[in-house]
Amino acid sequence: MTTFENQEEDPLVPKENIPKTKKNEFVFTQESLKKQFRLSEFLSEKIITGIAFLSIAIIILIFLFVFKEALPIFIEKPERKTEIAAPAAPERYGEETPETTPSKPERYDGGGESQQPERYGIEVETIQTEEERATAFSQDSILSGNRGNSELGEDKATFKSLTGKSWMPVSDNPRYGMVPLIVGTIKITLLALLFAAPIAILAALFSAAFAPKWLREIIKPAIELLAGFPSVVIGFFALMVMASFFQDVFGYDTRLNAFVGGIAMALAAIPIIFTVTEDAMTSVPSTYSEASLALGATKWQTAFYVVLPAATPGIFAAVLLGIGRIFGETMIALMATGNAAMISANPFDSVRTLAATIGAEMAEVVFGDTHYSVLFLIGALLFVFTFILNSIAEFYVKGRLMRRFQGRTS
Amino acid sequence: MKKTQRITGGIMAGATAFSVVLIIAVIIVMLVVIIIGGKDTVSWEFLTTFPEDGMTKGGILPAIWGTALLVIIMSVAAVPFGTITAIYLTEYARENSIISKTVRFAVKTLAMVPSIIFGLFGLGFFIKFVGGGMDDLFLGGQLKWAQPNILWASLTMALLTLPVIIVSVEESIRAVPRELREASLALGATKWQTILKIVLPGSRAGIMTGTILAVSRGAGEVAPILFTGAAYYLATLPQGLSDQFMSLGYHIYIMSTQSSNVDQTLPIQFATTLVLLMLTFVLNFVAVIIRARIRRNH
Repeated sequence: MTTFENQEEDPLVPKENIPKTKKNEFVFTQESLKKQFRLSEFLSEKIITGIAFLSIAIIILIFLFVFKEALPIFIEKPERKTEIAAPAAPERYGEETPETTPSKPERYDGGGESQQPERYGIEVETIQTEEERATAFSQDSILSGNRGNSELGEDKATFKSLTGKSWMPVSDNPRYGMVPLIVGTIKITLLALLFAAPIAILAALFSAAFAPKWLREIIKPAIELLAGFPSVVIGFFALMVMASFFQDVFGYDTRLNAFVGGIAMALAAIPIIFTVTEDAMTSVPSTYSEASLALGATKWQTAFYVVLPAATPGIFAAVLLGIGRIFGETMIALMATGNAAMISANPFDSVRTLAATIGAEMAEVVFGDTHYSVLFLIGALLFVFTFILNSIAEFYVKGRLMRRFQGRTS
Repeated sequence: MKKTQRITGGIMAGATAFSVVLIIAVIIVMLVVIIIGGKDTVSWEFLTTFPEDGMTKGGILPAIWGTALLVIIMSVAAVPFGTITAIYLTEYARENSIISKTVRFAVKTLAMVPSIIFGLFGLGFFIKFVGGGMDDLFLGGQLKWAQPNILWASLTMALLTLPVIIVSVEESIRAVPRELREASLALGATKWQTILKIVLPGSRAGIMTGTILAVSRGAGEVAPILFTGAAYYLATLPQGLSDQFMSLGYHIYIMSTQSSNVDQTLPIQFATTLVLLMLTFVLNFVAVIIRARIRRNH
């Protein structure tokens, strides 16, 4: 549209034309060709621009408000920030921990010098009643040394307790260790990606390189229909049908586990990976594949050795977007993964993801509670993570893709 | 050509075809299972009666009503804003300027944000900040708006579906031929008049597609309304904007995970899933057809 404005401003009308039009009542002069100021035009433009900024404002507001609700964790005791800065130095705990946990200072005696698991013996006694996963506990304390302080179970969330290995928010000694949640989320993301990425990419390759046009017109909308499935429907299907089916096939113990959840999430991620990959593949210049075919390569060689490598940045972006989708998926995680916060490498164990934790527990917390803030902190983490993923997909990958195609063809 | 090469080629090409078949087979299996599971229960009576006997009998009228109300309020909020943002991006913003790039990036990010984060935002912003502020200002601290209700749930959902509308409307505005705009401007119409009389009528189909897709998305999403307004069971339909509501998706979630007699309600669960799936399915299908028609026309 800018071209019009330029034409209005520039005196494009040749000077010799002016005398001729003088017979008419309207005369084009330098003055009359200038852009006129109209209040309605001005207002409409400003209002539209203002509303367009709403989407930016929403992003900023989401950021602000999710963090605002999570903030009490850090604000309550500002000195914790120093812990965040240097959590690795063991000497510091001797000085700082009495401040952060003044209730039981004696347990830190000697903790700074020798990080031995024995000192947890005291705590195990006090919280033994609800320590049902005691095996995990003892492993943690041996493995993590100083970090094991988080297992002390105070109702204050510190950086240390947030990185603990036990998530037990609703108990007499609530513990907010996010490690099992993060491990569970990563595990299920990897599992889902393992199923979704190869299938979606191969399907996209078929659609872009092998399928005739009429078939592509069927495949694309069909797979996009899968994107239209509400996640609660996929979750329900996984919970009611897939879980029993896979249990019969593989014979594992827990009916709902990371494996079932991973496959269900793969179903949610396949359409987005497929669509973005397919777009990247069809935007590979046709000169590439024509040249390859002309050199005597077969159709499949062209597809796998020319089209696929040329579209790698796009595929990378597609996988990133798929990860973002799986990471934030709430309903499928709530319904099909079993929701037990434990750390294990076995794909047939139950997991609890970050998003599912928010969804399951937010309805029951007291507003302004530590638990409430911790859930918002998890939300903030999720938001920041997807924001970073999206930024990488957007700027880095798109830039590479453009440079690759433009740099080689021109 | 070597024989081995031919075989590997066949296998690799076969793998791609197999992937497509696999995806489509899974879609069909899901559809068939849910249809078979739910078809006996779905009836006119099921759609128009209240749940009975602790939701083990009866219908899903309040859930359908709540979902309908949710998507209507959501559309009223999201469609104007989405359309105007799309107009800005196509008509006013200079291509590749920092501002338009930022708006575009914000829209893309909005589309990527996990739906549960919108739920958190709805709780923190709409319920606690806006609702709490309204209560303090107008009702003197009396609790009315600072709790989950259908208005906040709809507005939360509107944020979620905003990118869907923007993308769809933008696409159709770009499909309006340049010549039409030029003709309008050449006849002396101002930019705003051109947008109002030429561009918007020309992109009506796109606005409709966007709305349909947004409605389909909003009807199916559960995570954003988990703690912004959805209720487990209500004996009455929502009377006003400050009431809670039942929704189809939430109904499925609650009945299949939280209810004490899951087996007993299984037919109702399948039937509710079938209703929700058909709803989103039909809406998506209509949108695909309209979109295909737009593309063919230009």
